[in-house]
Amino acid sequence: MRSLPRSVQVFLLALTVLLAFYPVFGEMLVGDRYDYWLQKLTSVMILAIMAVSLDLLVGVTGMVSIAHAAFFGLAGYTMVMVAPEWDAGSIWILLPAAVLAAALAALVMGVLIIRTHGIFFIMATIAFSQMIYYIFHDSDFAGGSDGTYLFGAPTVELFGRELLNLSDRVTLFYVTLVSLLLVYLLLRTMLRAPFGRVLFGIKENEERVRAMGYNPLYYKLVAFVIGGTLAGFAGVLSATQYQFIDPSQVNWHLSAEVLIMVILGGLGTLWGPILGAFAFEGLHYWFSSMTRYWELPMGVVVILMVLVLPKGIAGGVMWVADKLERRPSQKVQREETAAGRPMEVKHD
Amino acid sequence: MDLSLFLIQTMNGVQYGLLLFLIASGLTLIFGIMHIINLAHGSLYMVGAYLAFWISSYTGNLFLSILLGLPIAIVLGIVIERFLIQRLYDRDHLDQVLLTFGLILIFDAMQSIIWGNDVHGVPIPDALRGGIMLTENLAYPTYRLFVSGVCLAIAVGMFLLIQKTRLGMIVRGGASNREMVSALGINIRWVYTLVFAAGAGLTAFAGMIAAPISSVYPGMGNSILIICFVVVVIGGLGSIKGAFLGALMVGLVYTWGTVLVPQFAGAAVYALMAAVLLWKPRGLFA
Repeated sequence: MRSLPRSVQVFLLALTVLLAFYPVFGEMLVGDRYDYWLQKLTSVMILAIMAVSLDLLVGVTGMVSIAHAAFFGLAGYTMVMVAPEWDAGSIWILLPAAVLAAALAALVMGVLIIRTHGIFFIMATIAFSQMIYYIFHDSDFAGGSDGTYLFGAPTVELFGRELLNLSDRVTLFYVTLVSLLLVYLLLRTMLRAPFGRVLFGIKENEERVRAMGYNPLYYKLVAFVIGGTLAGFAGVLSATQYQFIDPSQVNWHLSAEVLIMVILGGLGTLWGPILGAFAFEGLHYWFSSMTRYWELPMGVVVILMVLVLPKGIAGGVMWVADKLERRPSQKVQREETAAGRPMEVKHD
Repeated sequence: MDLSLFLIQTMNGVQYGLLLFLIASGLTLIFGIMHIINLAHGSLYMVGAYLAFWISSYTGNLFLSILLGLPIAIVLGIVIERFLIQRLYDRDHLDQVLLTFGLILIFDAMQSIIWGNDVHGVPIPDALRGGIMLTENLAYPTYRLFVSGVCLAIAVGMFLLIQKTRLGMIVRGGASNREMVSALGINIRWVYTLVFAAGAGLTAFAGMIAAPISSVYPGMGNSILIICFVVVVIGGLGSIKGAFLGALMVGLVYTWGTVLVPQFAGAAVYALMAAVLLWKPRGLFA
């Protein structure tokens, strides 16, 4: 993974700073709607954590997984089931339990399907994630199709002293922002290490990676479990924010929406999917404010995106950055694009 | 557990399995021949069911509704293939997933706009009302038997069409070598359109004949889509034989699960899938 051009770095940093200062200037900007947007931004950042972790699977390793919501929701449900019924649970118990449950589910699912490719892999991820969906949907231990409540946000205490109050919305906003940055930096560091190079290699040509003496199955499985674990972490934040969970948060439609965020933002770039999460939720908000049938314009946007904009927002940002900086590598890249996108023929 | 319950549940399972086969065979044909994953396949099932409800509310006759509704569904399939799917043949699976998910969103919205979000029923045709006596005091609904018979006839017809006719030969040829078939002077683009339209027609038809049994409701396409994925994953991608066996297995496990372990009936089918994948990672017939 190469370093980003300076102008893109500045652009992303500026966006982050702008976001971080929302609690300061938000009231001036949106007035009464301050609280609504504070919560909205928090929930979008949670989705962005999901999107960036899905990018590790889809964009980097080339595994099109539609099971991310299963790990997200499973973590939330685990929190509800582990927490005391009439009291707020401790984060030191709930967080490890929930993340571990997501990781374990990803490991079991991964072992079963990691050897498959292409469409078969896609179908198997959808099918297994729906299995988790139906377990919660049909169950009576977790509220069935109505969903269930968490009694208060988890407490963060050390030696009896409260460190953070997660039911405070501004605190949760900053906790989520820092989490998103940490997840991004973690994945970025990982992809610059040899581990990440193997993953990129698997996407390009799995057989060649095998011929070089790496076992692609092992690397794919590790990536799948890391992705699922991070989705579970996002699920913990979401359950903390809403203190409520229902089967729709486990449904594959959520997985597909996160996948759209990844593509909309820009596949394999990590920072693109974060922008994609904001763009998708922005469109969602805009369409919903216009019509009850927001799926209709959204469906049209998704289809147009596939047909017209395969590189996503990140592709556009990089194009502008290239124009601005006139980098020496510009000519080479031009030639690459002029030659057209290399055609991939996959038969499986 | 007495013998009559066993018999009835088994027959229900076979009937459900045969219905699943109609839908899953379309999915697996479209994959096997065109290498396309179509998430909107379930939406076409839903469209079929709603068409049956909508037209029969005017005509009062299910068979007439099928006769009038089926061409609409097939034309819909042709339009989708010509304008959208055809642009995806050289693209990777990810683009196929996204585009067909976009179609799901559009279908779901159109369904709420045109037909609303209520649950509807479709009456069983008069001729097929009532039951057939299996033993002296055990009746089985005639309509379910009729559905099983129709599905079985279509399955046999499809097998003969693909294995024994010239058209089937061209379709099979297109599956293994697109360029070669094209070089032999056959318009492969129209063959693909035909296959997609046939898949759409099969699914919509399944939705129509299932409507009196399952009722017509929003989101019905999505749940059937997932079950069909399970069928295809068990049977092996692209295999009609696998889809047939997988559909029967899923149908039986599902109906038996509902009776024996109602809590986990939904999950039992997936446990079956996990077991098959452990044994044969690419499905039974792939």
